[in-house]
Amino acid sequence: MFAAEDQPMSLDELIEDAQRVLRVCNACRYCEGYCAVFPALARRLEFTENDIHYLGNLCHNCGSCLYACQFAPPHEFQVNFPRLMAKVRGETYRKYAWPGFLGALYEKNGVAVSLISALSIALLFWLAGALSNPQRFFAAHADAQGSFYALLPHNLMVAVFGTVSVFVAVALLMGFVRFWPYMGEELADFFKGRPLAEGLHDAFTLKNLGGGVENEGCTYPTEQKSLARRTFHHFTFYGFLLCFAATSVATVYHYMLQLPAPYPFWSLPVLLGTVGGIGLLIGPAGLLWLKSQRDPELVATDQTGMDAGFLVLLFMISLTGLGLLIYRETGTMGTWLAIHLGFVLALFLTMPYGKFVHGLYRVAALVRYHLERRRPVPGIAPE
Amino acid sequence: MRLYNPRTFLTAESSQMLDTSKTWDLLVVGGGNAALCAALMAREAGCSVILLEGAPKPFRGGNSRHTRNLRCMHEEPQDILTGTYPEEEYWQDLLKVTGGLTSEHLARITLKHTSSCRPWMYKHGVRFQPPLGGTLHLSRTNAFFLGGGKALVNAYYHSAEQLGIDIHYEAKVTGLDIDGDTFKSATFTYQGAEHKVRAQAVVIACGGFQANLEWLEEAWGPAARNFLVRGTPYNRGDVLKLLIAKGAKTISDPTQGHCVAIDARSPKYDGGIITRVDAVSLGIVVNKNAQRFYDEGEDFWPKRYAIWGRLVAGQPDQIGYSIIDAKAMGKFMPPVYPPIRANSLRELATKLEIDPAALEATVAQFNAAVRPGTFDHTIQDDCVTEGITPPKTHWALKIDTPPFFGYPLRPGITFTYLGVTVDDKARMILRDDTPCKNIFAAGEIMAGNVLGKGYLAGIGMSIGTTFGRIAGEEAAKHVRG
Repeated sequence: MFAAEDQPMSLDELIEDAQRVLRVCNACRYCEGYCAVFPALARRLEFTENDIHYLGNLCHNCGSCLYACQFAPPHEFQVNFPRLMAKVRGETYRKYAWPGFLGALYEKNGVAVSLISALSIALLFWLAGALSNPQRFFAAHADAQGSFYALLPHNLMVAVFGTVSVFVAVALLMGFVRFWPYMGEELADFFKGRPLAEGLHDAFTLKNLGGGVENEGCTYPTEQKSLARRTFHHFTFYGFLLCFAATSVATVYHYMLQLPAPYPFWSLPVLLGTVGGIGLLIGPAGLLWLKSQRDPELVATDQTGMDAGFLVLLFMISLTGLGLLIYRETGTMGTWLAIHLGFVLALFLTMPYGKFVHGLYRVAALVRYHLERRRPVPGIAPE
Repeated sequence: MRLYNPRTFLTAESSQMLDTSKTWDLLVVGGGNAALCAALMAREAGCSVILLEGAPKPFRGGNSRHTRNLRCMHEEPQDILTGTYPEEEYWQDLLKVTGGLTSEHLARITLKHTSSCRPWMYKHGVRFQPPLGGTLHLSRTNAFFLGGGKALVNAYYHSAEQLGIDIHYEAKVTGLDIDGDTFKSATFTYQGAEHKVRAQAVVIACGGFQANLEWLEEAWGPAARNFLVRGTPYNRGDVLKLLIAKGAKTISDPTQGHCVAIDARSPKYDGGIITRVDAVSLGIVVNKNAQRFYDEGEDFWPKRYAIWGRLVAGQPDQIGYSIIDAKAMGKFMPPVYPPIRANSLRELATKLEIDPAALEATVAQFNAAVRPGTFDHTIQDDCVTEGITPPKTHWALKIDTPPFFGYPLRPGITFTYLGVTVDDKARMILRDDTPCKNIFAAGEIMAGNVLGKGYLAGIGMSIGTTFGRIAGEEAAKHVRG
């Protein structure tokens, strides 16, 4: 009977239930106007496990279809499409995590693992800096002195972050390279111009959080349409991109222009980082707030930790980064730097095993959607 | 982290106590499309409105929950509607399906209303979308609701809450105090107690009686026990009975309704749209004796869709089996239940629990009668049978390619047409042909005035929207002058 709280399911039960629910949806199709998922499922008569992972990652969990569903709980058909797809995505993230055992570790408790790893890394940096040369570490430095690297040698930072970045990039790439053919596509087809452009367009604009043709927003966190989630996601995503751009510009400054950090406030890397950082405060805070308000019917409980962990890390990175900017000419700079780097490194390390990967599989599913929709549907007569 | 549950926070129930001491301008009985249209119109005209919905909140909205479009007249293309659907064509379509069991005056009011009501619907939160996959043939005639009927119902309830209409769920009307042609008050049960509500006017919009199995059996005889109720389980016709007892003039008869052949494995109640089986015109349909009984290729499936419920109801034990072969698979909307599948007709018959020899003989006879032709499911093609009764007059292909598939069929009633007669102001008419002063009816409970028989996709919502809005407007005029 009716259960607002999510119930755990085994993988087989999940796939079986998804097949049952997708049959219901395919026979109904009332939700076709909401997002890409329903036109995609209408192309199929049967649903393999591969199809289910594809559709699961196409779903943005906006909730519109749940409220519109005449078969939603407590109806005996028990159709809760968004929650089911959220559970499927959890399985995708687990299945394609590389190496697999780390994915299993992270899923247990996202927030705690993120925070503990961030703090332990920060402590390591702090100890490394503070014990090796306490006087320098706790002294106030003027910006011009290349103060960051005076405390933590540049080569150490490059070695640590470089190694981790390469590892993260490989792990993410492995996830994608394994997921894409699993959906039944050739790797080369991912790079076809128009489908790729349309998929990226949908990802960058969050078209599928528009709630359909009117683009009035999705039913999140409540039943009434709202653009709040899309807005906060934009703050988060574009904030993240700006911070990434800041780091890239700084790398260019460092290696090509021979200008070591820290940079003045009005320099390009700091401006990009500051604007991006503010976005990364507003966005994750807003998304966490929405998450706390959302209808329990939409929640797949086993994923809340994973989602929240990612958002908390983003928020803390931004907070400590801005803290570092404000206090960088005081004696607490070393501590701010250590904590900030701790959070950044924790984010990097957990990236392939956390909510970050949703972007990867979402883009893959969206590009696949635009590839597929150009093909005729075999066996299904056009009306 | 949770500060409030948005669902309970947003409901009217938690913030409003039931006030039974006051006299309301308007009482609306029912909570589907027609009821909400009436309530919103009257509220917009300044009336105080109380709405009593018999169903629990998750099942609010009656059969409107299961709908998906509005059949609209339009003399030129309108946003999502292609081409034109002039009044005369619409009227002829209606005349054809009802065989004349319609009031032309009320029907034409309905048709005209549908050409202009959508901006008002939009204002109250209803959104439209281009036609759904598998329904392109309706892109000219039917405006589809984004998300379907439940999304429409949700939008209207939200608008009603915003406007301050008092809404109560699980509030079942059990008595009506009517003095001749005038409504005084209603008695209803709510949260375990009986209450009385007084109002200056009442709109009755609480549907037919399709969920009342005893009433169906009175009309159909024991055959009704094998019917499935595809519509809401909350339409039991209690208020319709009260109105008839108070002298309402009835319309249509209790055996008429929207009755289609649905998958026999569907739930007893509330299976909705997904229980349909669209394979009929692509194969043959046999009864429990493995005999064919009607021309499966008579006309396009959407047009013939609504007759198969009655046809199956007329067969022994009220069961039929739609049988197709591999050639037909994928050429129709996928039903919710997987087909029963077998590699031979004999095996299929065994699985369907019908006589294997009889099914083989029926199919052999049918196959022998199939004449060569060019199969085209999108037109009334020239694939016909010769020399068998009943014939199959289009889309007749041999059933010869394994695997074979079977879908068991039962009559599925969505809603009944027996109702109360109304005039063009939606006023209920008494048996002496006088209209009531302050009793209005809208939706399924009066749909029989326009649709005495048969069905036309999307007409239920057209009637409900038209007469719901008229009822609300007229009730407001009566109350506020």
